[in-house]
Amino acid sequence: MSSEQRPILSVRDLKTYFFLDEGTVKAVDGVSFDVYPGQVVGIVGESGCGKSVTVRSVLRIVEKPGRIVAGEIFFRPRKGNGRLLEGSQDGYVDLARLDAQGREMRAIRGAEIALIPQEPMAAFSPVHTIGDQIMETILLHQAVNEEEARRLGIERLREVGIPNPEQRMEAYSWELSGGLRQRAMIAMALSCHPTLLIADEPTTAIDVTTQAQVLNLLRSLQQQHNMSIIFITHDLGVIAQIAEYVLVMYLGRLMETGPVVDIFHHPLHPYTRALLKSIPSVYTRSRTFLPTIEGSIPHPFNRPPGCPFHPRCSQFTAGICDQKTPLLQPVNEQQSVSCFLYHRRAEED
Amino acid sequence: MVLGPDAATRISPAHEAPLKIDDQASEIMIAPSEGAEAFYVAPNWKLVWWRFKKHRLALVSSVILMFIAIVALAPGFFSTQDPNATNAKELFIPIQTLHFFDEGRLRPFVYAVVGQRNPKTLRMEWQIDQSKKIPLRFFARGYEYKILGLITTRIHLLGPASPEEGERIHLLGTDRLGRDQWSRLMHGSQVSLSIGLLAVFLSIILGILLGGISGYFGGTVDLIIQRLIEILQSLPPIPIWMALTAALPRDWSVERVYFAITVILSLIGWTTLAREVRGRFLALREEDFVVAARLSGCSQGRIIFRHMLPTFASHIIAASTLAIPVMIINETFLSFLGLGLRPPAISWGVLLQEAQNLQSIVLAPWLLLPGLAVIITVLALNLLGDGLRDAADPYH
Amino acid sequence: MKHTTRDERTLLEVKHLKKHFPIRKGFLRRLVGQVKAVDGVSFYINEGETLGLVGESGCGKTTTARCILRALDPTAGQILFRTASGQVVDLATLPENELRPLRREMQMIFQDPFASLNPRMNLLDIVGEPLLVIEGIKSRKERAERVAEILRLVGLRPEYMQRFPHAFSGGQRQRIVIARALALHPRLVVADEPVSALDVSVQAQVLNLMMELQQRLNLTYLFVAHDLSVVKHICNRVAVMYVGKLVETAPTDELFYHPKHPYTEALMSAVPVADPRIRSAMIPLEGDVPSPANPPPGCYFHPRCRYAVDICSQEAPNLEEIEDNHFVACHRAHELKLRGIGG
Repeated sequence: MSSEQRPILSVRDLKTYFFLDEGTVKAVDGVSFDVYPGQVVGIVGESGCGKSVTVRSVLRIVEKPGRIVAGEIFFRPRKGNGRLLEGSQDGYVDLARLDAQGREMRAIRGAEIALIPQEPMAAFSPVHTIGDQIMETILLHQAVNEEEARRLGIERLREVGIPNPEQRMEAYSWELSGGLRQRAMIAMALSCHPTLLIADEPTTAIDVTTQAQVLNLLRSLQQQHNMSIIFITHDLGVIAQIAEYVLVMYLGRLMETGPVVDIFHHPLHPYTRALLKSIPSVYTRSRTFLPTIEGSIPHPFNRPPGCPFHPRCSQFTAGICDQKTPLLQPVNEQQSVSCFLYHRRAEED
Repeated sequence: MVLGPDAATRISPAHEAPLKIDDQASEIMIAPSEGAEAFYVAPNWKLVWWRFKKHRLALVSSVILMFIAIVALAPGFFSTQDPNATNAKELFIPIQTLHFFDEGRLRPFVYAVVGQRNPKTLRMEWQIDQSKKIPLRFFARGYEYKILGLITTRIHLLGPASPEEGERIHLLGTDRLGRDQWSRLMHGSQVSLSIGLLAVFLSIILGILLGGISGYFGGTVDLIIQRLIEILQSLPPIPIWMALTAALPRDWSVERVYFAITVILSLIGWTTLAREVRGRFLALREEDFVVAARLSGCSQGRIIFRHMLPTFASHIIAASTLAIPVMIINETFLSFLGLGLRPPAISWGVLLQEAQNLQSIVLAPWLLLPGLAVIITVLALNLLGDGLRDAADPYH
Repeated sequence: MKHTTRDERTLLEVKHLKKHFPIRKGFLRRLVGQVKAVDGVSFYINEGETLGLVGESGCGKTTTARCILRALDPTAGQILFRTASGQVVDLATLPENELRPLRREMQMIFQDPFASLNPRMNLLDIVGEPLLVIEGIKSRKERAERVAEILRLVGLRPEYMQRFPHAFSGGQRQRIVIARALALHPRLVVADEPVSALDVSVQAQVLNLMMELQQRLNLTYLFVAHDLSVVKHICNRVAVMYVGKLVETAPTDELFYHPKHPYTEALMSAVPVADPRIRSAMIPLEGDVPSPANPPPGCYFHPRCRYAVDICSQEAPNLEEIEDNHFVACHRAHELKLRGIGG
């Protein structure tokens, strides 16, 4: 198999728990997925579904009292990053085994895997210029001098469509508008040509016209650099516009995975189906009642036993769904679903 | 379903009819257990208490403070001697360690001390005489005192079993006038704590009044009060206190000086609290639930007293708790410099005055012990304040 | 003074509403400028209808909503409201004591269901407060009965009455907010982004509830939102705001399928469609929204408008009714052929 067909990231049965005084929150509870080179994977889910914690686990930036308790995060670094691969036979490192603050992880974070956070205002330091911060990232990961780093920084700013990049290098983040700030954030994330870009709700805090600009930009950059992107959002519209492959999460587990067209046009899991039906769209007839999902997302301490969605599911079977937790299983050539309507495989214990 | 222009036609007809709203349509809470229901109906103070309970240090501090408060309420009961009684024959007696158990039985005693004048320095030197035990008893009879100025009694928590034979004990030694330091420390706590409390109380009244006016009305009033606070805060406090206290007439009674000091301390202290109150008022005025109350037709009074005050009451309590130790320190400091309370008043600051020179520290290091009392009290109050502050807003 | 509205069906008519916030600086807080958050907005709402007010953050839609309910005092303009007795009053100039009896006729639903409920009051006190202060129902028992009725109306169990807001999820809290707003059977309800803080799966519940209650109680909604899908779904007519001014007002389908203002067109094309097969060609809108403290001359949209001509940078266009019920503020409204959704 050529390396192009092998995933760049392969997450296996990842479990990240938060240990609080009140109890344990299983924020991510057995999640497995692959990201292939040049692929845009969208993770969609509502609050508390664990989508953010999943990518934070990949980046190894889960805050205390959270901890990865099980699972593997196999990542395939670039060939040049050889030292990382000592002892590895197939070219993968297990990020879950690395020291979160260690040298290996720091060599990957920012350089090989970069993050675009939700709030660019919080991600930039207000006391350093945009240029300084971009140059710092470049100098940290690339063997270049300051002059060269500056040139690269200006190039990145120009690439993301910031007007007058030379002047913007001297600007502070709070001097920029929301849209420009998010662009600068993208420039910083791209400064070391990462192979995997993680975008954590990058358009949630900005307006719809600016969101369109940012989505267009990400799409074109992805094609130019042939990057892989993991795109997190709760907005199904955004997912439909940008993702190739979609993971639907609910309460720390994957409900359904598949190519974007199948997920939207041929959803299988009752949650995916209900979610798609319940969102209003500009194409639905005005002033009609929307089909709804009953109830609300349970509090993480009150996680129901069995399938996490069963208390709100219209097709739940008593005695099965509330007792056993279904595994994510392929049900056709494209899609995998964790639901007993399609298979019988349950988590053992 | 939402896909494409034709999707609308696919919405099932059942949903075009008005939805019947009943409990099924409402959001179902997952199995509310007994404990959960208690949490759901818990008013604010309960949530604050539950949060506060988790703060171990604050909890321990509040127990310690409770003891200190009891002592401050009835210092005479815990004393063993009249705190103002001088005794020229018992100068600088060292600490007499308290022993609770004698030969395995609960029978408190101290060893007697015997004095011998050093022929060279002509100074009295005290030795513990291990052969002579002075038996003690609980609820012993001693000198007459009043509890809170009301109840006259002679009962003390601990005292020599046979005082009539002239036996006396000095648990923390004596000072240069032969006064019993333990008893003086007990009495000092009353003045030091109450000055802190009273000064903070006055500050709160001033702070809430002026901060509230400033925050609620805004405009010119706010401008004037804020500038006044800025000017007051920019004055160096120590020279101001010194000037003010120096201006107090020498012939004022102990009580009048006490109140004057309290007022002086709170005159500076209110500014911080006023700022706190104003800030909360400004923030709260814009809060959605306050706007909602206004739109529901609530009067100004109702908005302030039903919605705004309860919301920041817990913050004010926390801020005040943190202000008390500052006041205690200030009083101690003023009295230590001789500018605050003056003998015969007893406060921790006045006691520390005795330890002002090197000679007494070297010869009678126990005279520094009131400092320890100040440290423990201030630390406990700070930790309690921290705990209260963290618990003040239990709704994240 | 006697006021008249557009016609008998008009419940609310806003005329040339302005709200300017002073910018003050320095030790003595001198006035150095003004943020024209709302700058001459006019629209009307008929009884029983839902008017959507859309725009991007900072466009002044929330300020407009708050001025109408006099949560803020407007700088200028008229807010004409037809009371239950048929009389037309100008809310903009009414003193607080005359406003208070009218509060029962107009209520508000807030965006953040966590901030808009006093955490120190239980449901009985929250929902019962308007009953106490406006209707003057002193008996707690009587209030409890009324509150139970209202809670049932919004789909909450009356048994929850003793609970505090922290016991409820976001969607349930929004039901409580709606219950409080409906306690006095208002005629006008101003909803400021009522579903944007809710989870996707809960939004539909609240939207359905609002529509259901509208039918049952003959409510009139002013629905402020930034999410065009939601607005399209719930509104009869839509008004689009940009930097403190209205740019277009039209019946919902008319506006979405035949927009007449370039900003509306750009806004529509930017909405991500939940269909991967339609990867829409978004009309790129260059640049950023100007600051309402320092707007450009002429039409505020001209620096970003791809149809702009000379006059656009010189003269501000007026909001004109170019077709029945379709108001547009654009110099080129008659000649432009713009693309709506699906177009």
